[in-house]
Parts: sequence; C-alpha cells; structure tokens
Amino acid sequence: MPEAVPIEVRGLVKRYGELVAVDDVDLTVEPGDVFGYLGPNGAGKTTSLRMMLGLIRPTAGSVRIFGRDPQLSVKALEGVAGFVEAPSFYPYLSGRENLRLFAAFDGDGAAARIEESLATVGLAERAKDRVGGYSHGMRQRLGIAAALLRRPRLLMLDEPATGLDPGGMRDMRDLIRELSASGMTVLLSSHLLAEVEEVCNRVAIVRTGRVVYQGSLVDLRAQAGEDYVLRTTEDGVARRVAEIQAGVTAVRPRPEGGLTFKAEGEDAVSALSLALTESGALIRELSPRHASLEDLFFSLTEGDERVETRRESGEGGGDPAARAKEAA
Amino acid sequence: MNPGVLTIYRWELRKLRAQKRTYLGLGAAAIVPIIFVVALVTQSGQPNDVAFGRYLHDTGLAVPLVLLLFGSVWMFPLITALVAGDIVAAEDRNDTLKTILTRSVERHQVFAGKALATFTYAILAIAVTGAVALVAGILASGFNSIISLSGTRVSATEGLGLVGLSLLFYLVPILAIASIGLLFSTVFRNSAAAIVGTLMFSLLVQLIGILPGLGGIHPYLLSTQFNAWQGFLRSPVDWTPVIRALWVCAIYAVPALIAAVLVFLRRDVAGD
Ligand SMILES: Nc1ncnc2c1ncn2[C@@H]1O[C@H](COP(=O)(O)OP(=O)(O)OP(=O)(O)O)[C@@H](O)[C@H]1O
Ligand SMILES: [Mg+2]
Repeated sequence: MPEAVPIEVRGLVKRYGELVAVDDVDLTVEPGDVFGYLGPNGAGKTTSLRMMLGLIRPTAGSVRIFGRDPQLSVKALEGVAGFVEAPSFYPYLSGRENLRLFAAFDGDGAAARIEESLATVGLAERAKDRVGGYSHGMRQRLGIAAALLRRPRLLMLDEPATGLDPGGMRDMRDLIRELSASGMTVLLSSHLLAEVEEVCNRVAIVRTGRVVYQGSLVDLRAQAGEDYVLRTTEDGVARRVAEIQAGVTAVRPRPEGGLTFKAEGEDAVSALSLALTESGALIRELSPRHASLEDLFFSLTEGDERVETRRESGEGGGDPAARAKEAA
Repeated sequence: MNPGVLTIYRWELRKLRAQKRTYLGLGAAAIVPIIFVVALVTQSGQPNDVAFGRYLHDTGLAVPLVLLLFGSVWMFPLITALVAGDIVAAEDRNDTLKTILTRSVERHQVFAGKALATFTYAILAIAVTGAVALVAGILASGFNSIISLSGTRVSATEGLGLVGLSLLFYLVPILAIASIGLLFSTVFRNSAAAIVGTLMFSLLVQLIGILPGLGGIHPYLLSTQFNAWQGFLRSPVDWTPVIRALWVCAIYAVPALIAAVLVFLRRDVAGD
C-alpha cells in the first residue's frame, strides 16, 4: 500500500449564509512537505483548517487526513496535531496542568513528553503559573508544546508566528525546520510571504476562499518571471524597441523615469540590450528588481490593476494570475 | 490505549475543583442550613403551615426535610444550574473546545464526561446540605423521634434512615434540572444565559403549577416531583408519587440530554 497522503482536500466549500468562506478548494499535502497556506485576512485559511481538523462541517467536498475523514471520528487525527487561530487553554489551570489534561486526552504515553515539550518551547520556568496570566506569545509557545505532546506526523499551524517577538519568530522557524528535517509534514498558514518563503517548499495562495496558486515556491518564482528596470538615453525609443523584443513583456514607463519590463529569461535581456544599442538608445541602467514574488502575491490576492499586467505577460506561463483575474 | 469517558470525567472533576463557582455552589449548600438553624434557635416560632415545620424545635431530623421543601423553589435549582449551565458553555467562553476536540477524544465522550461530572457535583451539593442540616439540626433540636405525615411516631434512628432516603430521592428531580441545565449550556453556549434559563424554566413550571384550572397536569410538572420523597414519610410508604417522579423526571431529562448530545455532536466549533 502506498503511503497515505497527509492531507487531501477535494472540492471543499464552507458557506456562512450568503458568504462563501471557502470556495471549492482542492489541496494536496505530500509527506515531508512544509506547506504554506497563504492568503490575506478573511481568505478562509482558518475555516479550511477547522474543516481539516473536524471542527466544522464542510458545506460540500471532502477532507482526508492520512486517508481518513475527520468528520467521522477523531481517529482520523491520529498522528496529527495543531491549532487554529490563537491556541486556547483553561485559564484557571497552570501551563503544565493544561498539558497534563491534553496528554490525558491523548493517551499513548503523551504524559511522558510534557517536560520535554515545555523545554522545547522554552516555557519550563513558567509552566507552574496559571495560563490566565500568560502573555500572548507564551500562549503561542504553549500551543506548540501542546501539539508536540502528540508526537505528530502532521502538524497544522494557523499563523503560528502571530504575536511572537523577533526571537520567538526565529525560534519558531528553526523549530519548524527541525521538525521537518525529522520527517514531519507541516501545514502552515500565514499572511506573510516572507515567512512562508523561509520555511516552505510548497504553497497554496488563497484569495476570498479560492486557491489561486498551488505548487512549489520555485515554480512560483519562475512564473513570477523577473522584473527589470531599464534607463536609457532615449526612453521613448527604448520603449518601442522593448515592446517588439521577443521574450520581453509588460513594458511600462516608470513615473520616476525609465521603464520596467519582464523577461522570460536572461537571454532575452541580453538580446534586448543589443537591440537597444543598435537603435541608439544607450543603456544607463539595466537591473533586475527582486520584489517580483511579493508583487505576484499581491496581484494574486488583491486583483488590482497589476493582475491585468500579469495576465498579459503570463500568456502560457502566467496561469495563476489568469485565474486570479477570473476570481475577481 | 485511547482515553475514555472515565479519563474525561476525572479531568472534569479536576477542572471543577479549580473553579470558584464550584465552591460558591457547595458553599451555599453548606451555609444555607447553618443560617436556617441559627435563625431557628434565636426564634421561638416555627413555620407551622409547611410539612414538618412544627417539629423543628423537637427534632433535628425535621431540619433537612423542611430545607428540601424550601430549597426546591429556587435554591437547589440555582446551585445545580451554576455548574450544569456552565460546564459546556465554559468551553465556548475559553474557546477550548477546539483544543480538546483535536486530541484523541470523541465528542460524545466529552459530553458524557461533562454530564457525569455535573451529576456528581449536584449529588455532592445535596449531600452537603443534608449533612450540614442534620448535624446543625441535631445540635439545635436534638436527635429525637419524628411524627410521620400519617401521624405515626417514627424513632430517631428510623427517622434518620428516612431522611437519608428522602435526600437520595430528591436527586431524581435535581438530576432532571441538571440535564436541562446541560441542554441550555450546550445550546446557548453562554453560561449566564444557561444558568438564568434553567432557573427560569424551573420557576415557570412552578408558576404553571399554581395557575387555576391546570390542576390536572399538576402531578406531571417537574416542580411537583420535588415533593415526591414525602411518600417515604408515610406509613405505609406511598409509592404513587415516588414511581411517578421516576418516569416524569425521565420525561424531562432524557429528551433534554438527547437533544444536548445531538447539538454537541453536530455543532461547528468556530470561535463565534
Ligand atoms: N463562524 C463564522 N460565521 C460567519 N462567518 C464566518 C465564520 N467564520 C469565518 N467566517 C467568515 O469566513 C471568511 C474567512 O474567515 P477565516 O477566519 O477563515 O479567514 P482567515 O483566512 O483565517 O483570515 P485571517 O488571516 O484574518 O485569520 C471571513 O469572511 C469570515 O468573516
Ligand atoms: Mg485565520
């Protein structure tokens, strides 16, 4: 039997009255993935995670966690841990006491891992205090400790870095890398592309409930293409040359002077520089602009004018952008 | 090995032990009899119009019995509702359902553990009132024989047994109230609303009971069942109210529990 897929979501829909919080989402998380579930506020990340954890009923569609349906029995969550939104605890019990309760509800020797988990998240010293007096970041850490008790094969975290100080964020990233290196599959939701970029190998980008991109970060980067900035002695001429140059798209004047364009590879850039020289527009600056992944993220999730640009430029390769346009 | 209802039940008790409201309820259950007895010894009169009221100065055994009568109006329903109305809603208040339901316990097990813990608390509350009332009553009025409702004299030891039996049977309507509290707690997801709702329900049923022209349904009201224990204090024992209390209370409790379970099993656990 092939290894069961950690998360397989098909046609998932959640409706709240008129509002479609999750709209026909398909998602596959493979073993060993660190999967980033990326989207702006209200995109439906938490709602999707709740359905994957069996906390709310899908309006339509199916969720399989290691091949099992979490709606039917909590047994589907064997080897799965995580939390949605801020992790929550019994405020009148201490941190350690909360973990004892969870461990009792886990069975399977979880109680023996309490001290180790507390140490991993750096909470050992405050574990005797009531959770009611914990800071936000401490609760976040306790949430991770609570998840680790289950010794999961799949970890689902909803915006785990929210409210952490910079050191805490770094610790979180290190921990996720470490867990992933030990063979754990991780699903991580986030608003922040940068956060996801650092730890994830695959991403799904959601926007108002719909997945507008799903795949590896490498592919996303490739699809984003690279933006270039060009300044010449003759910008008008340069623009006309660039517009007819093969492999060069999305040529636009910059308000501060010069042009921006996208290139389908470095050869196209070299060819353009030659063409420019021949036409008499002499190059003052020709440089790649690195914010393009961020740009693509915004265009995918906001659907402003830039989507239009991407769509033109993305003929063939810019499929996700085209889908973003559809969604708008 | 997977954890079961027993594990959850134990932790529910532990959570109750860590919460103020538990002590508030049990404290009230202990203090009310004490205040009552203090008032009794400083006063020469007694409530003659209530069953056993006229024996309050003769025997301590009358104290718990009179308290059972007074307590059924709102005190015991309130003490019960204090925990029953909170035990599910508290998980909504702390948003902890998502935490425990993503461990290895099924929803029905969580509910069963909570129901058992609620019943345990309610039983404890009645036991506390009974014990404190007996001790305080015996200190104040002595451990003497008592006159049954049929007019026969019952020895002190036999009377003690009957008081124990009455307290035990009083649990039948109390557990029905607890079940209704659990339902409200599950449906309202708000402890104040559930507690007030349970109390309102209990008072409303009593109100229906005193309406003229509705005498026919009187034996089937939940409030009436709070007096069923009096059947034990007749000689011979009058089983009619006792048997009726058992099934009438079941009619209130069982559908409430089933409805609560169904709602709890099906509900969305979203933070709203
Ligand atoms: N219980 C609910 N009742 C009604 N609407 C809801 C409910 N839960 C979520 N929604 C709606 O569903 C949409 C998606 O919400 P969700 O919390 O999943 O977003 P999110 O991607 O997690 O956002 P954020 O980044 O802000 O956490 C929002 O429009 C929200 O208002
Ligand atoms: Mg969210």
